[in-house]
Amino acid sequence: MKYSKQLLPIFLLLLAATIFNSCKPKNAGSAVSSDAASKSYVAPGKYDEFYNFVSGGFSGQMSVYGLPSGRLLKVVPIFSVDPEKGYGYSEETKPMLNTSHGFVPWDDQHHLDLSQTNGEIDGRWIFANANNTPRVARVDLTTFRTSEIIELPNSAGNHSSPFITENTEYVVAGTRFSVPPDDVNGDVPINSYKQNFKGYISFISVGKEDGKMDIAFQLKCPGVNFDLSHAGKGKSHGWFFFSCYNSEQANTLLEVNASQRDKDFIMAVNWKKAEEYLKAGKGRKQSVKYAHNVYNEKSHTATSEIKTEVTVLDVSELKDICYMIPCPKSPHGCDVDPTGEYIVGSGKLAALIPVFSFTKMQKAIADKAYDGEYEGIPVIKYESALHGEVKKPGLGPLHTEFDGRGNAYTTFFVSSEVVKWSIQDLKVLDRVPTYYSVGHLCIPGGDSKKPNGKYLIAYNKITKDRYLPTGPELAQSAQLYDISGEKMQLILDFPTIGEPHYAQAVAADLIKNKSVKFFKIEENTNPYVSKGEGTTKVVRAGNKVDVYMTCIRSHFSPDNIEGIRAGDEVYFHVTNLEQDWDVPHGFAIKGANTGELLIMPGETQTLKWIAEKPGIFPFYCTDFCSALHQEMQGYLRISPAGSNVPLTFSTGTNMPKADTTKTL
Amino acid sequence: MKNKLFFALLIIASLMACNDTADKTSTVTDNAATENPAGGQENVQDDASAKDVVKVAVSSKDHTTLVAALKQAELVTALSNAGPFTVFAPTNAAFDKLPAGTVDGLMKPEKKEDLQNILQYHVSLAAMKAETFKDGQVLGMVNGDNLTINIKDGKVMLNNSATIVASIPASNGIIHVIDGVLLPPEKK
Repeated sequence: MKYSKQLLPIFLLLLAATIFNSCKPKNAGSAVSSDAASKSYVAPGKYDEFYNFVSGGFSGQMSVYGLPSGRLLKVVPIFSVDPEKGYGYSEETKPMLNTSHGFVPWDDQHHLDLSQTNGEIDGRWIFANANNTPRVARVDLTTFRTSEIIELPNSAGNHSSPFITENTEYVVAGTRFSVPPDDVNGDVPINSYKQNFKGYISFISVGKEDGKMDIAFQLKCPGVNFDLSHAGKGKSHGWFFFSCYNSEQANTLLEVNASQRDKDFIMAVNWKKAEEYLKAGKGRKQSVKYAHNVYNEKSHTATSEIKTEVTVLDVSELKDICYMIPCPKSPHGCDVDPTGEYIVGSGKLAALIPVFSFTKMQKAIADKAYDGEYEGIPVIKYESALHGEVKKPGLGPLHTEFDGRGNAYTTFFVSSEVVKWSIQDLKVLDRVPTYYSVGHLCIPGGDSKKPNGKYLIAYNKITKDRYLPTGPELAQSAQLYDISGEKMQLILDFPTIGEPHYAQAVAADLIKNKSVKFFKIEENTNPYVSKGEGTTKVVRAGNKVDVYMTCIRSHFSPDNIEGIRAGDEVYFHVTNLEQDWDVPHGFAIKGANTGELLIMPGETQTLKWIAEKPGIFPFYCTDFCSALHQEMQGYLRISPAGSNVPLTFSTGTNMPKADTTKTL
Repeated sequence: MKNKLFFALLIIASLMACNDTADKTSTVTDNAATENPAGGQENVQDDASAKDVVKVAVSSKDHTTLVAALKQAELVTALSNAGPFTVFAPTNAAFDKLPAGTVDGLMKPEKKEDLQNILQYHVSLAAMKAETFKDGQVLGMVNGDNLTINIKDGKVMLNNSATIVASIPASNGIIHVIDGVLLPPEKK
């Protein structure tokens, strides 16, 4: 056998490729098939089919991606300051981050839930939780900005939140840490947990038209850790299900001590019953302190109000609000299928997945098929509520979403995989690896009555060798699977912002046409607005100076300001006069120890700046707005305290020299 | 002729280079994902980080039986993940104490589930140091069964059978070397 000299290099190359391939770890390379690229490809200039709202975990923010491309569209600041957007730095947005503890510039954002009508995503708002300083936020999906934040009293570690009922009647918030209630002396020994610590669950009502949130009532529950929750839907509408762990009520080394019992609980809450008790005046008014912050898109200003009272229903006294369903080994995920009949509990240390039946649970309650009580709450017999168990599904089951075709998809952290199984007969149908260590997953509408079972996205905690290394801290990731066929197919993965903890996705059509392009300047009610360059001014009151400024391509008015004195507190109220899509202007001034302002067309934002010492301080536009963006600038002169340099301001005219004594 | 020899060498080299991945790659087909959920962090090239429980076991000459069994039971991926794990690791000698032919029997493909059940009975999700164990403490094991800790004369025993003879910290948990194989309770 003879090889031609020309073919030899090719053959060698092929052979090398074979060797390389055969040595390649059984990794994504082998799990991705050849049509993956075309399935996730969205041509330049074309829109994605879905919005994917991804929680930012310890970044405190929410990121928005397009699917199937995985393109990052926006990071929406919610619970952390964002100097890029001026969020939490401008005077208008600072009140958004006010709490009963004062201004809090950071939080940990874990879960998101899109508003629903009749159990289907309606595309109006998305709710977000803050874990650390317990709060719930509402983000408006016409502006993609945080509209409202409400703090939760009697809580610590707001984890099982912000899940909603099927008509967005309520957003719930269950405390992860049980703590002594806010109106008692919390200065107690930590090991008095069993006597003194309680777990509160908040039901936050949501205004039908305006989305305004208000704590309708709280449930005082046993001291356990509430982990996740989902509302009943359809036949189980009126109920809410919360997973709870640490039914051992341990207060130290939970890694071991909260895993002692074979079963913890899913707590079923009949919230319609709670409403009845509330109406009947069974609630106790409790004195508390919590902030309620609202952003007004007309005045472009947030206000923060400290509220002082909540109504609390004690579920150990009002017996028929709550029921405990035993659930193996520290349940984490608590997911309700699209029909509302099946409740999937995922004990993260369990070797199986129990699926409970709402119908059987109702019968068990009617028959009083109880196994005693837990802290005054009836415990339903496990078997009486059980539809069945998925046996040996994988290791470390966490979260489940649904495709609307009778299938459930559960993530497994320990074995790092997604498993597809049939709800009716509880058979495992397919499994795919994730890279690596998946937490939540998301199917568009996958926790609603009407999932769109085209894609599944797995959110991974660990990426190690998945991307080019970037030092000790690596991005976490999202992995996109096509689930339209029988078998799940990995088609893309992309790095994410912070920890992509949970996510929601929805067809773009429901949102994209409602997107606001700019704010109408004539509707701007900000007290410091300048609706034209003619109304700009600089006003001194003592050592406080208000600069009423406008910006438009490509200048500020005024752009020369003199007569500012060292020690002055200067407020730049900058109005963007543009009435055109995608033309924000930025405002930054030398030495500002805050952030910049990023001002949307038609909006007014205010930067507080302390005039530090005499000199000339330039300011300029930071958001590339036009060909003369680099010319969009100005100067501010600071004179010494007590100086008699008159206060002047102008654009385009060189003012006569007011101060002839000072030349360089 | 020279060419032929060269190719032959190359092929041999390639086979040798891929010795331990050869059987894995042969199963990579369209439905590889369904048949082989494994294949994850164990493949990450990283010699700098502290060793995970799998790498610790692999580096021990007293645990070759266990390592072979973990591979056969497809538990290598899970145990290379974040954990945290407490792994009770029987030595080769411990496996040798089982009735003759037991290990060979369990290594047969048709016995994979039994092997998985036994090995998962040696793993608990939490990193538990030997000194934190208490007499009578019950641990939930990954296979779903419970295991009881006994403390006798300062020694930590499991189900009154195996004894912890050494403990080795790993990046994703802790390995307690034991002198006996733990058998899960009979299924009811």
